[in-house]
Amino acid sequence: MDLSGKACIVTGGSRGIGRSISIKLARSGAVVVVNYKTNEKSALEVVAEIESLGGTAMAYRADVADYNQAAKMVEDVYQKYGRIDVLVNNAGITRDALILRMTEKDWDDVINTNLKGLYNTTKSVVKYMVKQRGGKIINISSVAGIYGNAGQANYAAAKAGIIGFTKALAKELGSRGITVNAVAPGFIKTDMTSAMIQKTSEDVIAEKIALKRLGEPEDVANLVAFLASDESSYITGQIIAIDGGLTL
Amino acid sequence: MEILDRVKKIIADQLGVDEDEVVPEASFIDDLGADSLDIVELIMAFEEEFDLEIPDEDAEKIKTVQDVIDYIKNHTS
Ligand SMILES: NC(=O)c1ccc[n+]([C@@H]2O[C@H](COP(=O)([O-])OP(=O)(O)OC[C@H]3O[C@@H](n4cnc5c(N)ncnc54)[C@H](OP(=O)(O)O)[C@@H]3O)[C@@H](O)[C@H]2O)c1
Repeated sequence: MDLSGKACIVTGGSRGIGRSISIKLARSGAVVVVNYKTNEKSALEVVAEIESLGGTAMAYRADVADYNQAAKMVEDVYQKYGRIDVLVNNAGITRDALILRMTEKDWDDVINTNLKGLYNTTKSVVKYMVKQRGGKIINISSVAGIYGNAGQANYAAAKAGIIGFTKALAKELGSRGITVNAVAPGFIKTDMTSAMIQKTSEDVIAEKIALKRLGEPEDVANLVAFLASDESSYITGQIIAIDGGLTL
Repeated sequence: MEILDRVKKIIADQLGVDEDEVVPEASFIDDLGADSLDIVELIMAFEEEFDLEIPDEDAEKIKTVQDVIDYIKNHTS
């Protein structure tokens, strides 16, 4: 996969899936902006790892749930690199609870980060991509957004929202050579799922998956790198599950 | 540069048409081949070039080259 010279923003690039995506894109030759909200140390580690591999990256603190912060990040990145080729909307959180116990804050926090965050970053980026007559937007949804998941009404709603957003924008921006796709991971081993994995045990979860193992962040990163490359230029508006056959 | 020339240049660049085609009575969509996204981009380009904010209600009324020139004349000092 050759991404030489492409300027990419990966939201939530400091840990988990976003970290792997950042490293994979940089290994393929892209210049990567590793966005994070709180974990500066992790973000700087990702940048250091990319640099040790001979790549180029910078860490950028911005809360994607905040319109002004997201817009400022996009503008700064554009000023610095003169283009934005790839936006990976990966930042996400969970605040799981059954609806009877779900607070308004649980709902708002998840919607604001996981769904409104996409509006905030994408709106700003599209301005430049339209001028460039090209770009790749890759949104990280979830199988929970396709099939639902008890205890995750807020998260499933946000992730399903991402699917509608992806399809609408694919239609809106296709004439400008901009592709918009979503990736829907199943069970991936990251901080987000670690508590759940500890509680249920990895073997029990793996039993439900056709490939009999949980996913690694790299599995998702490989797909994202393909969607970021010119090799996927005829794919748009798609929701691609990457779940080892969990939902078959 | 005159407003007309600046406007002409922006339109020609955005729509990939000849500056000669950008006559005052030309309609963006019917004569100059613009689509809805082009119109939004044009409005943003005019806002930038003339340091204006064109609200959506006003933008919707801008259909021809003359409409833009009138709008800019009425909204810049
Ligand atoms: N793990 C899975 O099994 C799984 C399955 C399906 C979908 N997904 C989705 O994949 C994405 C990544 O998940 P993950 O498992 O890698 O999660 P993770 O390990 O918890 O990492 C989340 C990342 O998002 C960042 N982040 C959170 N809120 C942010 C905000 N408001 N602004 C900017 N960055 C923010 C975090 O940065 P800081 O630490 O600096 O705050 C961190 O880098 C999420 O969208 C998630 O919903 C994950």
